Amino acid sequence: MTLTLVHLYPREMNIYGDTGNVLVLRRRLGWRGIDAQVVPVAVGDALPHDVDILLGGGGQDAAQGDIGADFASRGAQLRAMADDGVVMLAICGTYQMLGHEFVTQEGRSIPGVGVLDVVTRGQSERLIGNNFVDTPAAGRLVGYENHSGLTELGSGATPLGTTQTGRGNNGRDRTEGAVRGNVIGTYLHGPVLAKSPRFADDLIRRALARRGESTDLEPLDDTLAERAAVVAAGRPR
Amino acid sequence: MNVLAVWLGKLTLIALRLIGRRGNALPGLVVEKVFPGYLPRAMATLPEGVVVVSGTNGKTTTTKMVATVLGERLRVLTNDTGSNFVRGAITATIEHADWRGRLPYDVAVFELDEAWAVRFVAIVAPRRALLLNVMRDQLDRFGEIDTTAALLGKVAAATTGDVVLNRDDQRIAALAAKTKATVSYYGVLPALRPLFPTDEELYGGPIAVGSVPARAELLALPVGTSPTIELRIGGTAHRVDLRAEGAHNAQNAAGAAALALTFGFDSETVAAGLGHVSPAFGRGQRFVVDGRIVVLQLVKNPGGFRQTLRTLDGAVPVAAIVVVINDDYADGRDVSWLWDVDFTALAAVPARVYTAGTRAADMAVRLRYDEVSTDEVEPDPEKALRSAVAAVAPGEQVVIFSTYTAMWALHATLLRLGVPQ
Ligand SMILES: [Zn+2]
Repeated sequence: MTLTLVHLYPREMNIYGDTGNVLVLRRRLGWRGIDAQVVPVAVGDALPHDVDILLGGGGQDAAQGDIGADFASRGAQLRAMADDGVVMLAICGTYQMLGHEFVTQEGRSIPGVGVLDVVTRGQSERLIGNNFVDTPAAGRLVGYENHSGLTELGSGATPLGTTQTGRGNNGRDRTEGAVRGNVIGTYLHGPVLAKSPRFADDLIRRALARRGESTDLEPLDDTLAERAAVVAAGRPR
Repeated sequence: MNVLAVWLGKLTLIALRLIGRRGNALPGLVVEKVFPGYLPRAMATLPEGVVVVSGTNGKTTTTKMVATVLGERLRVLTNDTGSNFVRGAITATIEHADWRGRLPYDVAVFELDEAWAVRFVAIVAPRRALLLNVMRDQLDRFGEIDTTAALLGKVAAATTGDVVLNRDDQRIAALAAKTKATVSYYGVLPALRPLFPTDEELYGGPIAVGSVPARAELLALPVGTSPTIELRIGGTAHRVDLRAEGAHNAQNAAGAAALALTFGFDSETVAAGLGHVSPAFGRGQRFVVDGRIVVLQLVKNPGGFRQTLRTLDGAVPVAAIVVVINDDYADGRDVSWLWDVDFTALAAVPARVYTAGTRAADMAVRLRYDEVSTDEVEPDPEKALRSAVAAVAPGEQVVIFSTYTAMWALHATLLRLGVPQ
């Protein structure tokens, strides 16, 4: 069995180390004898047919403009994939674009693809700092936030978790991220899967379950990641 | 006024020394507060004005190169203490002024980081600027790479005489449009371009070879154990023995050469000057500790870390590697950038691996996902250094990669335990 991981826009949406999420999943699969094929998808590239996990990261504001039209043109396909239970991990800019729209500071609306029931508004202050988030599904996630958009969740999205030290989705309601089925959006860089191995395995289990495969995963030694998570949670913001 | 400012600054420095502190910022801060006009007035007395060196990577070593080359003909004031802030510049000026407040120099060469460079040029208009590259760095401070490039644009705009730009970094080359100064370029031979990826190119963008003519160009890198590089300086090719090792320093040498040409230096003088450059603080400095060779390499961002990792394929086998990652403010709070560095090559290096610093565990996690196993996770950098030295045989090499805030302590420890080479 081979799982197909799509890495969306590795060239443009990569500035805060989110590429590491792809590596973490690939290794955790590989260490358990599960083959993983990573398919980079750039502007103009077709998405592969059988996608198990799709990953996208945060980019510069200008890069988000460069890929905007390409991303919008994939709307119907991405919505179909989400309905079909494809696992998606969307960080920061990609999370924003999976929503209904992004309203710039000047009030201009950039339509998203509507996979997640969220709306983001640009503002001048950047929310930057260490962050940890408690989630019902995967325990504590530890990462780093760096974004200026403020995201509000609609009734069709559940928060991924509750932020403890960080500003989260909008700096107001202590929610962080959004979940709809197997689609997860979050502002956590870090990359988030590095110090949150339970979360990484949760994504893998979702992908295996969708295929009807066993979700029993051989345990890995995550002592270092757990230690790093405890240290990170104790550092100044 | 200058006399009073210099006295105040010098006395602050002396007071700091008396209580055993190394002061870079404080004397500058005190003088800045009491005599805000001191720096521009002092700089205005320099016949050749001020050179600002800025960019993400290579500032410190390049500043040293520029200062050393200009030193062949001129009296050069420089902030050689690794402090790259406005107050550091004031402190350096105060330290080097005489007690009558006069500056016995022809030119000042200052290393300034992108944000501080903007604040500096608002006070002192530089005669010349050398702008190196824009890579992802300190995004917890700057937010984005384009923001960083815009800061350097302000430096170019404020420069009155000559702006020297890296032809091979598009974000830097584009700054030509931002300045009324005379623009000249440095670069590397197109065949060498793939060895010097820009930020875009590191993430899959196509290699863009600049077509504007460069006044100084890197023609050939060292082969094997020889430190000799080949540079075209103006119209002439020269061989230079560069003690600052690594391909990135060879590229920066072309930048320093192009800057020196704006002073009307002949190419022989420039080449000779580059041959006199020694490694800057923590940039490939070597120490001998109990017969072991310890190399200190500063790492601050993915581009720079990748470059210094390439120096590991040197002649002396590396028996131990210590990676020290701190996340204090000056290091950058966000350690996500470690995931933009490819460590897979370390798996093939038969060396013991130590991780240290506040984020020692994070670093070990990063290495694990590149299938490099860590022998010891020891947050205390000095303990990690001692274990590494004790674990290797005489004649063998220990390489330390460290972020900024741990460097001072490591440097002091190495001076105590060993001898600089
Ligand atoms: Zn972000």
